[in-house]
Amino acid sequence: MEYFWFIVVGIVGGLIGGMGMGGGTLLIPLLGIFCSVSQHTAQAINLIAFIPMAIVAIIIHAKNKLIKFNKVLLIILVGVITCIVGCHVAKIMSGDLLKRCFGGFLILLSIFQFIQQIKVEEKK
Amino acid sequence: MEANKREKQIDKIKNQKLFSVLIGAISGFINGLFGAGGGMIVVPMLINLLKFKTKQAHATAILIILPLSLVSGLLYLSFGNFNVNVGVPTSIGVILGGILGAILLSKISSKWVGVIFSVLMAVAGVKMMLF
Repeated sequence: MEYFWFIVVGIVGGLIGGMGMGGGTLLIPLLGIFCSVSQHTAQAINLIAFIPMAIVAIIIHAKNKLIKFNKVLLIILVGVITCIVGCHVAKIMSGDLLKRCFGGFLILLSIFQFIQQIKVEEKK
Repeated sequence: MEANKREKQIDKIKNQKLFSVLIGAISGFINGLFGAGGGMIVVPMLINLLKFKTKQAHATAILIILPLSLVSGLLYLSFGNFNVNVGVPTSIGVILGGILGAILLSKISSKWVGVIFSVLMAVAGVKMMLF
């Protein structure tokens, strides 16, 4: 029965992700709030679950010539270094502290997302 | 006149490199620290700083986040944070939901989904931060 809820939570997160709206930012709190998964584990699962979907998406987008390969190398190189730093910062934080920081990050993102929706409205 | 033009072009390239470093540094750190959200930061930065078109930004953001998630995911794995019993069913759900979302995207108003999504994020954020 537990597995059933993990699949349901995954579908909801994937649904939002498939629509291009950061599914992981929803998957992690859903796993924590409804399935009592620890913050570190939820984050690990989100990172791994993203990989197969991303590979499929990249192949489709590349076929549609939507990806600018030449402009991203520097971004990726710098990003890999700082993501290693971020992982180690997360490692030394307690689950509770990491969860609270993640909550703050979510609030910031939601405000940002809301403003963007209003902007789209104005353009119309 | 010619020299001036060339100087401006060099300035532009320098700025682009600086922006690229900035985008990589921020999105990478967030990806590693929170295991999510990197893409939501990359997309608007690609549009505003590197002048990408919206669709190109969304597509290219995935290419940027994939290697970061791969590195972060492997590190989390090595820290012993992954749980197979939760991870496998959740990942199956994510793939199913992802396909469904991609199909639905062209059929329903993404504006309302966006509004509902931002409200859900705010509620979840407050709960996680305070309780």
